[in-house]
Amino acid sequence: MASSVPLSTLTKGTSAVVASYPKSGGGFLRLREMGVLPGTPVTLIRVAPMGDPIEIKVRGYHLTLRKSEAEHVLVEVS
Amino acid sequence: MSSLRSVELPAAARRAAGARSPTYALVGNPNCGKSTLFNALTGLKQKVGNYPGVTVEKKVGTAYTQHGQPLTLIDLPGAYSLAARSPDEAVTRDVLLGRRADTAMPDRILCIVDATNLERNLYLVHQILDLGRPVILVLNMMDLAAEQGITIRANRLEHALGIPVIACEAVNGKGIIELKLAMSRPDLPLSRHAWEVPAAIAPAVADLQASLIANDGKTPLSARAEALLLLTDNDEVRVTGSAQLHPRTAEILHGWQRRWAGESTDWSAALVQSRYEAIARLAAEVVHRAGQATTTLTDRIDAIVTHPVWGWLTFGAVMALLFYSIFTLAQPPMDWIEHGTEQLGDWLKQSLPPGDLTNLASDGVVAGVGAVVGFMPQILILFFFIGLLESTGYMARAAFIMDRLMSRVGLNGKSFIPLLSSYACAIPGIMATRTIEDPKDRLATILVAPLMSCSARLPVYLLMIAAMVPNDRVPLAFKVGLMLFMYFVGTAGAFVFAWLFKRTLLKGAPPLMIMELPPYRLPRAKDVLLQMTERAGIFLKKAGTIILGISIILWALSTYPKSPASATPVQQIEHSFAGRAGHILEPVIKPLGFDWRVGIGLISSFAARESFVSATAVVFNVENVDGGKKGDVTPLRRAMRDARWPDGRALFTPLVCLSLMLFYVFAMQCMSTVAVVKRETNTWRWPLFQIFYMTGTAWVVSFIVYQAGTALGF
Repeated sequence: MASSVPLSTLTKGTSAVVASYPKSGGGFLRLREMGVLPGTPVTLIRVAPMGDPIEIKVRGYHLTLRKSEAEHVLVEVS
Repeated sequence: MSSLRSVELPAAARRAAGARSPTYALVGNPNCGKSTLFNALTGLKQKVGNYPGVTVEKKVGTAYTQHGQPLTLIDLPGAYSLAARSPDEAVTRDVLLGRRADTAMPDRILCIVDATNLERNLYLVHQILDLGRPVILVLNMMDLAAEQGITIRANRLEHALGIPVIACEAVNGKGIIELKLAMSRPDLPLSRHAWEVPAAIAPAVADLQASLIANDGKTPLSARAEALLLLTDNDEVRVTGSAQLHPRTAEILHGWQRRWAGESTDWSAALVQSRYEAIARLAAEVVHRAGQATTTLTDRIDAIVTHPVWGWLTFGAVMALLFYSIFTLAQPPMDWIEHGTEQLGDWLKQSLPPGDLTNLASDGVVAGVGAVVGFMPQILILFFFIGLLESTGYMARAAFIMDRLMSRVGLNGKSFIPLLSSYACAIPGIMATRTIEDPKDRLATILVAPLMSCSARLPVYLLMIAAMVPNDRVPLAFKVGLMLFMYFVGTAGAFVFAWLFKRTLLKGAPPLMIMELPPYRLPRAKDVLLQMTERAGIFLKKAGTIILGISIILWALSTYPKSPASATPVQQIEHSFAGRAGHILEPVIKPLGFDWRVGIGLISSFAARESFVSATAVVFNVENVDGGKKGDVTPLRRAMRDARWPDGRALFTPLVCLSLMLFYVFAMQCMSTVAVVKRETNTWRWPLFQIFYMTGTAWVVSFIVYQAGTALGF
């Protein structure tokens, strides 16, 4: 049973599939251009030592984003 | 708009030009090996400059085909997308679209992609194929892809896209010959790749395309590509020197954007989605992954360097090494340069007939050149480290772990290294801000960097602490504590002002910290060294000339008008423009506890802050003070303790020394920094602002401390 949670709440090592985005501002457009699209699988790799930003793996590469950004991206954990 | 038309050649003319010697633009994502490929293709035949009006590096080189025919190659800044989000990306977009008058639109495009990360890299390629220009695709790092079990069938990709696809390993030169052969082909096919623009968007694209053809003089193909881009590019990063859209086209664009804003579907997102769908279909056809992804070396290194404990230790060690190198390794060559400059000046004085011209040559020109060259060791060392940190991939990790801290004052993790370097010298620190993509974060970092106490303030602090402490019975810890306090005050000031600027002057939507953590790679010494010398060369050429000019002006100020030959150095300097300025300045600085003689010291500091020590020595008629660095400051200290106001009060009371030190913490007194800020911001506005806000703060802080201290009876 899939449930939608913000990307920022994933625990280390959890994989999920991007479900939905806010209607895009400039920054979220760039996140899409980096390949993070609805339907894309992502894995939370780690959280920075001070608790922010987070590191995710998407399409085989590593990307960081701040929690304040990641909380707008909803993902489905299977 | 006629300039646009002149670069947008009709296809036939372009083919004719191509037959002679086509110009290539090299385009790719950051970290895909673009610089390495550029160096491999051009060797040392490259020229580095700047795009006029923006601080984005412009690299142009010449590659030779197998038949010795020269090809011009422009290395465009790394970009993830043509929908630019930084000045770097905006330059790449504008050159490719022929929007820049300073750079002719390239005839052909060389797209380089990282084979280990094909899908995301192909996004930019996908946008570029729309431009309707001949493209060669370079699949770089095929060896690393193979190691990860990724096989890419280059011939299938070539067939699907209809353009030459060359597998390559730029690091060891594999595939370069094949690439050069492709580059020297007289005619290159245009891509036949087709993808579906969402139906709902098609009218907007057609509308804009028509206006771009009619009003902006574009060809149909590039107009379609630009229309697609404009509809996605809602961030609108603009750079100076690029042509604006025709008002009619802009109006149509805004009309569609307004319309879309009211709809529930995000159409620019839909465009991205359909590109990625097309890329996924391509990838399914050409990429083959063997087995499961295993833990890579990068994963293992990252487990350590971003670890809550080991990560900080690694970071601390790297930063300590960087800081230590700038501070100490640079010292011997800086001493040699200083010594050499002095000797050259003395030699000139002895071998030329005495006179103003000789003085100009020895004290103005040679001293000025010495000041410029004196920065080189620190700049070279810092740029060597930055090049190393960038090309290995550690730079992104440093930004990753520092981001939380820097974000508290509105900056991002990338501001840390420039600020740290500024403890040694603000000049390399400010030049290092080029690694910060966001223009506002970069400017905020530049504005506060000179508040970090640099090594030139050290002699001033040392002298003041020596003059302040009445005898040597005061514990050393007190002196050290006072010194550290000055560093602390400067650092705190930098963070407070950064916070303030980001909330007022440089306000805007907070930039997203979307950053790639590239795989660790072993850098090539050649690439790092080349980058280091190129950046240092830019400093010499651009900032160096301004510094030299100001040196000569400062020399003239302390030399003219001339005193009679019998005058002592004290009388000469008092009589000079600088001395008079000191007197004029006195009413302004008296509330801080300074007299005109301190005023002369403050003016001399504009050459370099440590000049305060030598200027003070001249004013108080003390000989043999060797810049206060290794020389004995005892005679100067004694003279300063004996210094009196006309009414007999002591001049350098402990309170005045404290006030003066705090003035040095905050004041913008370094002409070289002014020159570099002008250079890096492309306007006199920001360096002037910096002089005003820093020196203003210095005055206010010193005023409060001196007046409050006096009132309290110190």
